[in-house]
Amino acid sequence: MLEIRNLHAGIDGNEILKGINLTIRKGEIHAIMGPNGSGKSTLAKVLAGHPQYEVTAGEVIYEGKNLLELSPDERARAGVFMAFQYPIEVPGVSNAQFLRLAYNEKRKHLGEEELDPLEFKDLLKERAKVVEMDASFMTRSVNEGFSGGEKKRNEILQMAVLEPKLAVLDETDSGLDIDALRVVASGVNQLLTPDNAIIVVTHYQRLLNYIVPDYVHVLASGRIAREGGKELALELEEKGYDWIKVPTQNEVGPAKLNAAN
Amino acid sequence: MVTELARKENNYQTAFQTVRESSPTVPWLELVRNSAMDRFEQLGFPTVHAEEWKYTNLAPLAKQSFMPATHATNASLDGAQFVYPETATAHLVVVNGFLSEEHSVRTGLENAIAIDLLSAVADARYNKIARSYLARNAGYHNNGLAALNTAFMQSGLFLWIPRNVKIETPIQVTFVTDAEHDDAASFPRLLVVAEENSSATLIESFVSTRNRQYFTNAIAEVVLKEGARLEHYRMQRESDNAFHTSITSASLGRSASYDTTSVNLGGRLSRHDIAVVLDHEGAECWVDGLYLAGADQHTDTHSVIDHQQPHCTSHQLYKGILDGNARGVFNGKIFVREGAQKTDAMQTNKNLLLSPQARVDTKPQLEIYADDVKCAHGAAVGQIDEEELFYLQARGINPELGRNLLTYGFAEEVIGKIKIDSIRSQLDEIVLRQLNTQLE
Repeated sequence: MLEIRNLHAGIDGNEILKGINLTIRKGEIHAIMGPNGSGKSTLAKVLAGHPQYEVTAGEVIYEGKNLLELSPDERARAGVFMAFQYPIEVPGVSNAQFLRLAYNEKRKHLGEEELDPLEFKDLLKERAKVVEMDASFMTRSVNEGFSGGEKKRNEILQMAVLEPKLAVLDETDSGLDIDALRVVASGVNQLLTPDNAIIVVTHYQRLLNYIVPDYVHVLASGRIAREGGKELALELEEKGYDWIKVPTQNEVGPAKLNAAN
Repeated sequence: MVTELARKENNYQTAFQTVRESSPTVPWLELVRNSAMDRFEQLGFPTVHAEEWKYTNLAPLAKQSFMPATHATNASLDGAQFVYPETATAHLVVVNGFLSEEHSVRTGLENAIAIDLLSAVADARYNKIARSYLARNAGYHNNGLAALNTAFMQSGLFLWIPRNVKIETPIQVTFVTDAEHDDAASFPRLLVVAEENSSATLIESFVSTRNRQYFTNAIAEVVLKEGARLEHYRMQRESDNAFHTSITSASLGRSASYDTTSVNLGGRLSRHDIAVVLDHEGAECWVDGLYLAGADQHTDTHSVIDHQQPHCTSHQLYKGILDGNARGVFNGKIFVREGAQKTDAMQTNKNLLLSPQARVDTKPQLEIYADDVKCAHGAAVGQIDEEELFYLQARGINPELGRNLLTYGFAEEVIGKIKIDSIRSQLDEIVLRQLNTQLE
């Protein structure tokens, strides 16, 4: 589904990602871990197409297409979704309006008929159950006045409505108490199918107790320093990130990833 | 230039003679009109040399030979098209400045009085009230536009809400310009007196039947007595070729509440002066607004909120959206006079520029002469936020639609406060149409 090859990217002339290689297949959950500043969030933003980040080398192939050539909205309509670490507030636009617009943009893209507000209301009601969200959130402005936990739940609600093929959760666990974490994780698990894939970007192992990854990749200084199964996350929890050695270029690549599995 | 101006103002002088003959009134008002005409001849139209008119040039208006309307034309006018459904039983239609009985409905007005202003001045039942307050809040001695309106007062509306009367139905006053030719001028005039503990909702609406060049010069004076409450909406939807100048001037009695929202959409050049005087303790006001201007439009709001007595509260939120080569002006003064302790005043002006050619001059001003007060003000001019736009894009919304959605959201902070459903949906539609966007 997704093939990242030797990806180099940065912001304001500073290179942050220094050669990322990653292969993601349908039905898989991948965790991207790493200390602060290792490039985890940059990878998520580059995949979503944040305009401030510049790709300087490498390629990203998504379902046979060059993802980097697509605008952020084209990526989203093609099924790539990023749950934001810091969801943006959109004053004056209700959650329901926003979600219906986004949903219908995707329907149009797929050549399907758009849903009118009433039809969409039913769908939204159904999907909101996934994250146990109250109907009152639908008439409120997008994320405005939401608590940290409500914002994260709202991100997963958007994911539930848009049904992405590839979801990138950027530090979705940050700022969540344990109850909210459970709700969010349970929501994500309900949305996992054999046909989609999820990348969980996180600093801590905690979330991975609930969203159990098939693969764990550890970033250090913009490269993948270590890869393994879910037990790697536990090891990191115990030992911290200090023991992870920063690899030289091309030391770890797709070949090695496959061998590790 | 000077002779040119003098000549055009003579034009008004000639028209004034006609008005005096065609629209006789009681001696008191004759005196007021004559004195106002004298003042207009001395003051003329404001020029950019005056501080309050620095950014708004009325020279094109002063140069033009506008002809004051002398009667309400066209009995076949479809007034119903301008009526908000909520006001079906309480709407007054003023055509070219003249109250039109045939287009007005009063069944929902209950005990309130809504009659022709000149009749009120001459009517023994109301003349005391009318004379006490007419041309009082909006004085004409130092204001050329107020003088011009006062000189040409031939009709208008007197709205009187007696003591303890609470009117549930919103009352709409529609000022229609129905001009068969270019260059018509009209001088709508409204006097609202809300007696002790009365309450009402008022919608002032400025519209036209044709997309002509015309001049509307309006005044609304609002007097709220002790404990009176008024919700006052003002919808300015003049033609794109119109000149619109207007003054809203309110005074608030003890513990009175005045909640006003002014929406400025139309006109090639529009200027609204709104002044609220809190001259009794415990009064509270909301002076909010939205201006939306596109290609070749100029819109100017000057606001004065005058805290003269202690324990008064004022809130102000004005938002502006400027597109194309539009020009916006917001000047908001808040005075806290000596002795006006425990004043709570809050003022915000935010502007969104949608094009590189759009421009706004904003100037919030606080003048405080008391030492135990809570005051805050701020102004902002910005463009669409790139992070917000990216967020929408990341959900599959294309950038153009995303920008429009954010613009709509920006306006919504003011629109959402409006309690009349049909006005809110009309505004949503207007904003989205201007943006070529459909949400439903």
